[in-house]
Parts: sequence; structure tokens; C-alpha cells
Amino acid sequence: MTVDDHARTLLQVCGLRKAYRTGKTEVVAVDDLSFSLRAGGALGIVGESGSGKTTTARMLIGLERPDAGQILVQGEPLAPTVRGRAARLARAKAVQIVFQDPYLSLDGRITVGATIDGALRLHGLADPAARTARTRELLAQVGLGEREAAALPRKLSGGQRQRAAIARALAVEPAVLVLDEAVSALDVSVQAQVLNLLSDIRRDTGIGLVFVSHDLAVVRYVCDEALVLYRGRTMEHRPVAELLSDPGHPYTQLLLASVPRPDWDPDSISRRRRELGPAAAGGGA
Amino acid sequence: MSAQMAGVTRKPIAKLRSMGGGWLEKVCLGLLVLFVLVALFAPWLSPQDPTYGELGTGLVGPGADHWLGTDQGGHDTFSALIEGSRTSLAGPLLVVLVSTVAGIAIGLFAAWRGGWVDTVLGRLLDVVFAFPALLVAILAVAVFGKGMTAPVIAMSVAYMPYTARLVRGLAMQEQARPYIAAYRVQGHSALYVAVRRLLPNIGPTVLAQSSVNFGYALLDLAALSFLGLGVQAPTPDWGAMINQSQAAVLRGQPLSAVVPAVAVVVVVVAFNIVGENVGDRLAGRKT
Repeated sequence: MTVDDHARTLLQVCGLRKAYRTGKTEVVAVDDLSFSLRAGGALGIVGESGSGKTTTARMLIGLERPDAGQILVQGEPLAPTVRGRAARLARAKAVQIVFQDPYLSLDGRITVGATIDGALRLHGLADPAARTARTRELLAQVGLGEREAAALPRKLSGGQRQRAAIARALAVEPAVLVLDEAVSALDVSVQAQVLNLLSDIRRDTGIGLVFVSHDLAVVRYVCDEALVLYRGRTMEHRPVAELLSDPGHPYTQLLLASVPRPDWDPDSISRRRRELGPAAAGGGA
Repeated sequence: MSAQMAGVTRKPIAKLRSMGGGWLEKVCLGLLVLFVLVALFAPWLSPQDPTYGELGTGLVGPGADHWLGTDQGGHDTFSALIEGSRTSLAGPLLVVLVSTVAGIAIGLFAAWRGGWVDTVLGRLLDVVFAFPALLVAILAVAVFGKGMTAPVIAMSVAYMPYTARLVRGLAMQEQARPYIAAYRVQGHSALYVAVRRLLPNIGPTVLAQSSVNFGYALLDLAALSFLGLGVQAPTPDWGAMINQSQAAVLRGQPLSAVVPAVAVVVVVVAFNIVGENVGDRLAGRKT
């Protein structure tokens, strides 16, 4: 791999594994996960609840330590433990996250503007006037104005809060932004606005997006390629359009069939889901 | 920036005001404010010197000279009540301050570190829990001598686990919220997030618990003084006043004992009502 390739590959994940032990039983949450993300690229990680998507997201941002495997951001491996201020800030600049629940992901005691101001100050923007200007700029980028900046999170709607959370993540200027079910708690029209916003940000900043979701429609809208996870294992990893038009793995077909539409049949889906069972996990990837 | 800081400090007061509460709570809050003011301005308010006893006028009833009568030694009960509010309130205040600060530090540390640190601290707190505050205080008096210092230190230790356990529970709950994870992911240090961001979010509930503790600490310290182990005469103190009026009660003139007893009951009940109501309302806080 050349130096040029390193610069353009924002995120490279190799052989990532994470298992949880409760007593003697071991549950493998993520097994042998590998993918890479180019600058300006968007990868969807799709799966049902318990498929290991959130564990993956938490490993990317350093809230969980992988048992095995490596995460490289712009060619630099993410340290398993972070000690000292410089290491913390470097880690923060590598990957940021937007959480699922906009009602709990902002500090209820602090205004949206002050939250972003705090992130900017931490990351070395010492001049208050410059911070104010940058805060305004970041909020404008996500479509929030002065009124929202001065408001406490509880005075804002779910969509506005999620925009504020995105602005907070962008304030750190990360290489990669992870979105963990970031639009799942929003209603459909607001979802569309936030998804448009994310597409715009991706185009304008060249940031890499990792979009964790159970919702294939959302993934199709934002991502170029998608990775289907089932019980911690990769079932398929292909361009989104191809994956949706011609799903290869039975689990992917099931996920597609599970989206409610006029000829939707919940009974047959739950039957097929049971038939799929744990055996499918072995035959994947 | 200074405007933001002012906003942060002003907010709890505005929040308390907006919470309002029932008439009972308002009355109790008013009583507490009244007692605090009396304690602050005691030397200017008390009509006579409560340490000056005129043996000729012992156990007189209420009148123009002595509004609430005198005790056996001829000390003016009203003046003693006012001057006594200083020691009677300062003792519990110290207990609550020390136990709250120590409890917050231990509870926050246990919750943040988790794992074996949390387990070990939890067991240690259980051990401290096992000793009743009054017993620890009496032991401290036995070892270090009578007066205020030993009981206040002993009771600070005995009350600390209540705050520590509450803080630990609240912090565990709060820590699970993604906004704390977001602060960490942004690169803030653990200490900054725990003390500057998490603590203010659980602070009001902890303060409510502390105000309940204040009532109990006052009761315990008054009991110690009543037993003759706490504040010593001639320093006026409500518990000591009741102690010195035992003989008066036996002689059928209980007023000089009833007055400080009523003061203790009123302050303890008021602190309990205000503390618990504020705590209840904060428990259902936030949307």
C-alpha cells in the first residue's frame, strides 16, 4: 500500500473481535470484522438488535476494548488505552459519535451553544471571540440558529437536539463520524432532514461516515456500501444498490422483507427468522 | 463567559422558586430562614445575657422581664433560646458539610472506578453503617473528651455513608447516559467529567438528602448535649438547656425545658419536610 493510499483511507478495521463473558458462557458480540473507509465515504453497518453493531460503534470510539484486531485511523493504530491529555485529544480527533437517543446525549444543564463552546475550548481554540464565531458557524452548518444556541436541550425538539449532537461531534473535526442509530428516534420527516444534512456534511467536509442502523431505507439513502452483520459475523459487504437489488444472503433477504410495505407479512417473516437460526451465522462472510 | 457563569449559579435558586411547593413546605422554609437569621444576629437579638443567672428570680413564669420565664438558675430562657440557636445549628451544619463533601468524594469515586474499587468501598461503607451515629459520638467523647469537636467529627464520619451511597447510586445511573460518554469521547478527562459535568446533574438530589441529614444531626447533637456529653454550660445550647431544666420539670415548672425542646422539634421537622419534598420533586425531574 502506498503512502497516498494511506492518506485516502480514513479508517481501516482488521479482524476485530469482542466477546462478553458472563460466568462460564461467552457471547461473541463481534467476530472477525474487517472493513475500510475512504475519505468522503459512507459505510452502513446493518443488522437487527444484538447483531453487534453497537459494540462495533463503541469499539470505534474507544468505549470498548477489542479482544483482537486493529483499528487504523489515517494509517495510525488507535491505542487500546489512552493516557494523558494529548492522547485523549488525538483519539477524539480520530473518531466522534452521534448517539441514538437525542434526549439523553446532551447535557441537560448546559445550553447547546455552551456545549459546543466547551468542545472547541478543549481542542485548543483559546480565543473566546473565535470560539463564538466557530460555534455559530457549526450550528449554522446543521441548520440551527442563535435561538437554539441559547436554549437548553429540553427546550428543543428531537430533531434539533440530534442536529446539536452532530454539531458537537463536528466541533472536534474528527476524521470519521460514527452514527449509532442516529435517526432511529426521530420521526420520518425529521429523519429525512437529518439524513440530507449528513449527506451535505459528507460532501462538504470529506469526513468519513460509519452509519450503524437497523433501517435499510436509511442506509440506502446515505451510504455507498453496506455491511450486513448477523450475530457478530459479516454476512455481506457490498455496494448498497447492489445489496438491495440482489441480496445474496438469506439474512439480508429477510431484513429487506422485514421493512413494512403493502404486501408485508409479519407472520411469514417471523417464521423465516426462526428457520434461519444460528446455522446461518456459520455459513456467512 | 461571565454571563454564562452567572446563569449557572443563579439557576438553582430560580428553580427552587419556580418549584414552589405546598403551603406546608413554604411555612417550613420560612421557619428555617427565620432560625438561620436569629442564629446569625443572636447577640443583637437576645434581650439579656443568657449566661447571667440571677438566683433570686429562678423559675419565674413568662412576663415582661422574662418573656419565656427563667430556669432554675435564673437564666432568661428566651435569651438562651436565641443564643443557643448558634451552637445548636452550627454543629449540625459542620456535620452535614463534612459528611456531604466526604460522601460525594467517596460515592463518585466508587461509581466512576467501578469494579473491585466499588465493591471494597461498598463493604467499608457497610461497616460504618453498622454503627449508630450517637454511639460513635459517645465513643468519641469518651476518647477525646467533652465538647463540640469530638461529637461533630464522629458524626461526620457516621453520616458520610448515607451521602456516599446516594451519590454512588445516582452517579451510576447518570453515568449510563450517553451525554457522559459523549464528554469522554470528546477527550475530556475522567476527573473533569465526573466533577464538573456529572456532579452538578445529581447535585440537587444530594442537597435534598443533606438537608434531611441536617435534621437528624441536630437531633443527635441535642441528645448528646442533653446527656451532658456535648456542649458544656455556660455555653447556651438547646440540648444543654433541656439537660439543665430536668430539676425544673420535676418541680412542675417545665417551661424552660419545653421551649428548647419545641425549637429542636420545629427545626428537625422543618428540615425533613423541606428536604424530602425537594428530593421527591427532583426525583421526577428532567424530560
